[in-house]
Amino acid sequence: MLSSAVTGIADGLRRLGAASIASVAKLGYAARFGIAVFQHTPAAFGRLHLTVREIYFAGVLSLIIIAVSGMFVGMVLALQGYETLQRFGASESLGVLVALSLVRELGPVVAGLLFASRAGSAITAEIGLMKATEQLSAMEMMAVDPVARVVAPRFWGGVLSMPLLAALFSAMGIFGGYVVGVQLIGVDAGAFWSQMQAAVDLRNDILNGVIKSLVFGVAVTWIAVFEGYDAPPTAEGVSRATTRTVVTSSLAILFLDFILTALMFTGGTHQ
Amino acid sequence: MNRSTIDLWVGVFVVAGIAGLLFLALKVGNLASFSSGSQTYQVQAKFANIGGLKVRGPVKSAGVVVGRVTDIRFDNESYEAIVTINLGVDYQFPRDTTAKILTSGILGEQYVGLEAGGDGVMLKNGDRLRLTQSAVVLENLISQFLFNKAAEGKPEAREPAK
Repeated sequence: MLSSAVTGIADGLRRLGAASIASVAKLGYAARFGIAVFQHTPAAFGRLHLTVREIYFAGVLSLIIIAVSGMFVGMVLALQGYETLQRFGASESLGVLVALSLVRELGPVVAGLLFASRAGSAITAEIGLMKATEQLSAMEMMAVDPVARVVAPRFWGGVLSMPLLAALFSAMGIFGGYVVGVQLIGVDAGAFWSQMQAAVDLRNDILNGVIKSLVFGVAVTWIAVFEGYDAPPTAEGVSRATTRTVVTSSLAILFLDFILTALMFTGGTHQ
Repeated sequence: MNRSTIDLWVGVFVVAGIAGLLFLALKVGNLASFSSGSQTYQVQAKFANIGGLKVRGPVKSAGVVVGRVTDIRFDNESYEAIVTINLGVDYQFPRDTTAKILTSGILGEQYVGLEAGGDGVMLKNGDRLRLTQSAVVLENLISQFLFNKAAEGKPEAREPAK
């Protein structure tokens, strides 16, 4: 009776230990893989057309979804914001509300989430399938380093696309907010823009938003290329890796966003 | 898809992205303000109470934004707040300019209002404004009002008892 309980506890502990070791080992592998990708940066920019091709797949093809979602997010923000602001007679501050929430938070975060599910999953599936069909091994046989030829261009293509996509998301969102707030609801256009310009700071708000989107871009693309490269070379393995990319990078974006917001926006605005 | 088409689209994408960033910087943000780049000079002012004034708050004179609050500190010796403001070099003020803490609207943000004096000597970088007026604290106003009311009410209340 007692011995069976002891073996049960030992079993649980063993499983916990194995899971911890596996996750730490994976984290270490991911870190070493990330360093290897960084070391192959010259390869990505030396053969620029490979990176440009990846910018096309990660960035240009995400344009429509980013622009349309940005526009609708801005429109909804303007509608909901107006409902609340007009209760306090502050509907002129609608521009401030739309611009600050987009530039600081929603732009980088929602663009990052869309980017993870639109481009990150595609990168993982592509690299995973290349591995499953032994294209990566074939490259190694031909003395071509797959990290330099396949992974580094995809990584840098994603990292470079992400800030541009986030900026477009915010710009489209503010345009959507303008359309709903000024054209539909009838907030004064002058107050909308001038209060926005008075409240949004170039360095504290816009630059921090760009830094956020750059960090999210690195995180999402790193997770995507790593999951693809690490995927078991089976159909099931690739599908699981794709799912893991979306889940892990979404969580990473939200977690990093909290950390970055805490660092950027709480220290500077002391009273 | 051949390479030149991809190059074209990536070019369009990069231009669109940079246009978005420029839109944010120029139309949404305040690129042309005093916080970044343009020439400024710094002056300080001591206030007994700054109310809700914040760093990056505007400094206005005659309603025109002429500078920004760059720093707010507490002085341990005089128990007052030291507010550092950056003024654009285009805006020159006499040395005996008064600084007040004002509120835009009833519930609006607080800002520093400058009222030019009559001195012939202009403010220089690092100068201190001598004449200041603190923020109005609503609680003090209300209690003053109540005390006044009470003081007014006393003689009238006693009259019928005579």
